[in-house]
Amino acid sequence: MATEFPSEHVVTIRPTRGWVPVNLRELWAYRELLYFLVWRDVKVRYKQTVLGVIWVVIQPLFMALVFTFIFGQLKGISVPGVSFVLFAFTALLPWNLFTRGLSEGSTSLVANERLVTKVYFPRLLLPASAVAAGLVDFTIGLGVLATLMLYFRVVPTIAILAFPFFVFAVILAAMGIAFLLSAVDARYRDVRYTLPFLTLLWLFATPIFYPLSLVDEGWRWLYALNPMVGVTEGFRWAMLGGAYTLDPALTAVSLAVAAGIFVAGLFYFTRTERRFADTV
Amino acid sequence: MGNDPAIRVRDLGKRYRIGQIAPYKTLRDAIAHAVFSRFRRTGSNPAGRAGAPSSPGSKDYIWALRNVSFEVQHGDAVGVIGPNGAGKSTLLKVLSRITEPTEGWAQIRGRVSSLLEVGTGFHHELTGRENIFLNGAILGMTRAEIERKFEDIVKFAEIEKFIDTPVKWYSDGMRVRLGFAVAAHLEPEILIVDEVLAVGDAAFQRKCLGKMEGVASEGRTVIFVSHNMAAIQNLCTVAYGLDHGRIFATGNVNDVITQYLENYDRLPIVPLGDRTDRRGTGKVRLTGVSISGAMSSSDTIVCGSPVTFGIAYEAAQRFREVDMSVFFYDQYGTCVLVAASDILGKTFAEIKERGKFFCRFDKFPMLPGTYRLALDCSVKGVAADFIKDAVTIHVVEGDYYGSGKLPPKGWGHVAASHDWDLETDSGPPAA
Repeated sequence: MATEFPSEHVVTIRPTRGWVPVNLRELWAYRELLYFLVWRDVKVRYKQTVLGVIWVVIQPLFMALVFTFIFGQLKGISVPGVSFVLFAFTALLPWNLFTRGLSEGSTSLVANERLVTKVYFPRLLLPASAVAAGLVDFTIGLGVLATLMLYFRVVPTIAILAFPFFVFAVILAAMGIAFLLSAVDARYRDVRYTLPFLTLLWLFATPIFYPLSLVDEGWRWLYALNPMVGVTEGFRWAMLGGAYTLDPALTAVSLAVAAGIFVAGLFYFTRTERRFADTV
Repeated sequence: MGNDPAIRVRDLGKRYRIGQIAPYKTLRDAIAHAVFSRFRRTGSNPAGRAGAPSSPGSKDYIWALRNVSFEVQHGDAVGVIGPNGAGKSTLLKVLSRITEPTEGWAQIRGRVSSLLEVGTGFHHELTGRENIFLNGAILGMTRAEIERKFEDIVKFAEIEKFIDTPVKWYSDGMRVRLGFAVAAHLEPEILIVDEVLAVGDAAFQRKCLGKMEGVASEGRTVIFVSHNMAAIQNLCTVAYGLDHGRIFATGNVNDVITQYLENYDRLPIVPLGDRTDRRGTGKVRLTGVSISGAMSSSDTIVCGSPVTFGIAYEAAQRFREVDMSVFFYDQYGTCVLVAASDILGKTFAEIKERGKFFCRFDKFPMLPGTYRLALDCSVKGVAADFIKDAVTIHVVEGDYYGSGKLPPKGWGHVAASHDWDLETDSGPPAA
């Protein structure tokens, strides 16, 4: 059988140096693999557990209840408009998406070491899929939030339309950091030991269990450099309606930082990508 | 498409830092290294550029590949042979774009699939069905493609009954079959295969080879690394011999294999000097055995390939009329072959105090299996040194008869050259 060989499919392999552009066309060609990697992560995540996917509901709800019990008793903290559980849970949704993406994404290259050393595909798909897999849990969490809102009779305003935009910002920030840290982790395993501290510090630096009003106005610009500040506030504004307003400057700073982190992570990743198979 | 080759490689080189496997796994070491190397650089060579191969010949680096150039035409099946650590896997990794070369370049025309490991990306918690999709996607198949070939893959892997069982309950053999089955259904223009046929049982290996022959005969380009010389002989049209990162032989498969066997792959000597379980007068002492020939590993011999046993000895003085014999025992302790100098009429007239006997087989006749060798040296017909179980060898499938076939397991131990003919009556058939 004479097979025709399309000569347009030509690949040149040569050493690269310095910054490398992101190969968007190739990423697009491998989009199905992204889907399968996400699918794998979701499938495997709750295998061999008794409660299975119920954990997705229990984890943030339990966390919100515990913190409500602790912080809700503090006299100094008052949250505007809604019950503390709802206040905390609304912020925990994007926060869990973020931290899960952070921890799974940052260790994804090492966790998939066999793939990295035995098969060629755009390595960006590994941290990207690890972050994206969190969206499934997130969607289930949204259902819980809707239930809570029904229970507390909170009606969202038109601002809810802005909500996907903030989800997008979480993904950007989480992917950016996951790109950066997974690339470092491929060489230095210190990353996995640093992650818990990083996450804990980040939690305190985000208005999840306390309102933004606790932070002195003069320092808010600095505070907003944490992209999760703008995201958390944006989430509350979008979901909880009237009681919350959006600080446009603060939001803009946070979102710009999220985008900046994404771009920086992307470039660092593609720059170091050539070493992965040798060092991971 | 013109006459452009499928693969064109020029001066390809890949350098690793020694100990790249674990260079500095902690940041602290890296920082220390960065600081010190900066000092060194400012001291000796202020214009020194990081990343430039400052001293490629230095001890800190090793070239896994160097100055490798070749061209592969569309439809060629190329076998790459060489001893362990020759750079074969590195070459395949560079061509598969898993790792970047340090210098030189390669140009590849056509859709490439590389199979460096069977079942890459299998997740043990997922079922066979799920893993087919996952593995297929990882190897570059689209979902529609996998769905179309799904039935064939399952049939090829012979795991119909267990398709919805998690892979972690599979036997190793089943896992390998499934992995190869997925890979076998790729339809690349260029297929790059590392030594993956070393796994799985013999019957399945044959099936995989058959599938790969199919790929090659369809006019696809195949690059194939294997220690199985028979497989390379059957499958490949061209061979490259690789050692120490360089190509030492190119061209006709049989020539390259012969050159490889002559120059490389010598077995380290099995020392016998310390053995006390020996019988005989002790006039001669056998001190070691070495085997050279078509080995796929240090003690594995390919059936039908040229093999030489070298038996080193020490003697108290010169002796006359010395004979040397090698006995081959099967796993039940039955002697299945004797190679004895006196039977060949090759009794050694005189031996000196120190030397080596050589026993050479042009085509090693033992069929696949494990054999123990006993060595016997006698002077004037009297046993001088006899060592039972001196060495154990493993024989693997090879092309003894030139037909690519061997009798099934259990049908004897030894192959022997013979021929078949047919004579028919020339008269008209009886009415």
